[in-house]
Amino acid sequence: MTSTTLLEFDGVGKSFGGLRAIDNVSFTVNDGEIVGLIGPNGAGKTTLFSMASGFLKPTDGQIRFRGNRVDGFDPPHICRAGLVRTFQIVKPFGEMTVIENAMVGAFLHHARPQDAREVAARVLQQVGLGARQEQVAKTLTLSGRKRLEVAKALATHPKLLLLDEVMAGLTSVETAEMLELIQSLRASGVSILVIEHNMKAVMSLSNKIVVIQYGKKIAEGTPVEVANDPQVISAYLGGEHAA
Amino acid sequence: MMTGQGSKHSSLWGALFIVLAIVPLLTGSQYVLSIAVMTLLYAYLALSWNVLGGIAGQLSLGHSAYFGIGAYASTWFFVHMGLSPWIGMWIGAALAIVAAVIVGISSLHLRGAYFALATIASAMVLKTLVENADDLLGGPRGMEVTLLRDAPWQFQSTGKEFYYVIVLVFVVLALLINWRILRSRYGYYLAAVRNDQDAALALGVPTTRYKLYAAMISAAMTAIGGTFYAQFVLFVSPDKVFGANLGVVIAVVCIIGGRGTLWGPVLGALLLLPSEELARSFSGGLLGADMMLYGLLLMLVIWYEPRGLVAIFQRWFKRPVKQGVTK
Repeated sequence: MTSTTLLEFDGVGKSFGGLRAIDNVSFTVNDGEIVGLIGPNGAGKTTLFSMASGFLKPTDGQIRFRGNRVDGFDPPHICRAGLVRTFQIVKPFGEMTVIENAMVGAFLHHARPQDAREVAARVLQQVGLGARQEQVAKTLTLSGRKRLEVAKALATHPKLLLLDEVMAGLTSVETAEMLELIQSLRASGVSILVIEHNMKAVMSLSNKIVVIQYGKKIAEGTPVEVANDPQVISAYLGGEHAA
Repeated sequence: MMTGQGSKHSSLWGALFIVLAIVPLLTGSQYVLSIAVMTLLYAYLALSWNVLGGIAGQLSLGHSAYFGIGAYASTWFFVHMGLSPWIGMWIGAALAIVAAVIVGISSLHLRGAYFALATIASAMVLKTLVENADDLLGGPRGMEVTLLRDAPWQFQSTGKEFYYVIVLVFVVLALLINWRILRSRYGYYLAAVRNDQDAALALGVPTTRYKLYAAMISAAMTAIGGTFYAQFVLFVSPDKVFGANLGVVIAVVCIIGGRGTLWGPVLGALLLLPSEELARSFSGGLLGADMMLYGLLLMLVIWYEPRGLVAIFQRWFKRPVKQGVTK
């Protein structure tokens, strides 16, 4: 496949006051790829997501999406360009029904409610919530809400989907279903950048893995390369195991 | 549609509404009519508030600012320039939109209680300004609308039927505006903002701009209600039209009825205004009896069903389909 660059972090840094949360991080996500973003808690993964999706403005560096700078633009602008994020702590529109939730996403490209409803129904089918369209969103199980989070984002017809820990807290059966869903999304032409703590899942899923620690990129490569990288092993298991 | 309201029930509510609307005219009693006018005025104001406070979920407690602007604008242009309030009403609406933009830009980024406080402050500032404008606006004493007796083109009449029909039309128009918003993309976006602003942003909703539009629509509608009030009582004063009480009552009527629903604001007014009148006559004019009643009813309804009267009726009349079983 021809791999054109979709998303590009170029020397990105972010400071909160005196705290250097992200320091000089560069990597790319190519068209058709699933890229895994891993690292210990507090490494700065979600901060990178927030910068790419417009919720935070980088202090240094540039973020480009399909060749255009997106750093500093607001989330709606970036969403219209085709990059959409999900939230680690799921954010359903609680009082609205499942299909209304997905419709909010679908409205981005379909102004008429009946069109948006059609797209929403299709997306819900795709994520396995087809039977729950009329249920009020806050009554869904955690697994259901994670699927809904993906459905809302998918309904905007993204080119690139940023998934923030969509498997955390799921049972092994639910995790397997979510893995299948993510793979089917790639097959349908959506590229994915995924933050995940479930190593087995992220290793099996990703074409490429980027490892972040203390706000810095410490490794990048195929799952096998990254798994054998001494710095990565040390980051996850502690210094004395490195040698 | 929105928050699980069946639109097939709308026609039922509509039929009930029409029947109820005709009754006060048949009684021919000026007393009954004046209660009916005030009830419908509050239904109209609650419907106006609903666009911002209900559908978009931005708790404004300072809508008296827009009400006062409407009341004062049409009255001033009528008294000083001889302009018919039917036209002055639109000047009031335009000024209210300007005010909503100023208040909105400075406060719509605030969330929850902070926004509510900012809206109260804006109404208080306006009230103080008007109270101090002795030469221009009559200061604390207010202004009287020049009496013309029966002059429908000047928005005046000695018969209450005149006002009743007008306010009824206002309510129907406000219902149509709410209905139109609720079933459009704009309405879904506002509901999304109410439920979770960040999630809405992430899905491409320009939240601040849309909230500002809601504030503008809501303010303009409220100002027109202010003009109506001025013509009905033929007198405006800072206390009556800019008072903090009014801003709270408008919100309470809508909340008790059902925020963000089509018929909630009307139901809230139908329950509250007549009971207020009863409380006043039974308490022998005890000062504050009406506000005590508001407090009590608000507590009872919110304790029983936080989503208001509409949700209570839905619970009584149909099985809760959407709160279905969770896996």
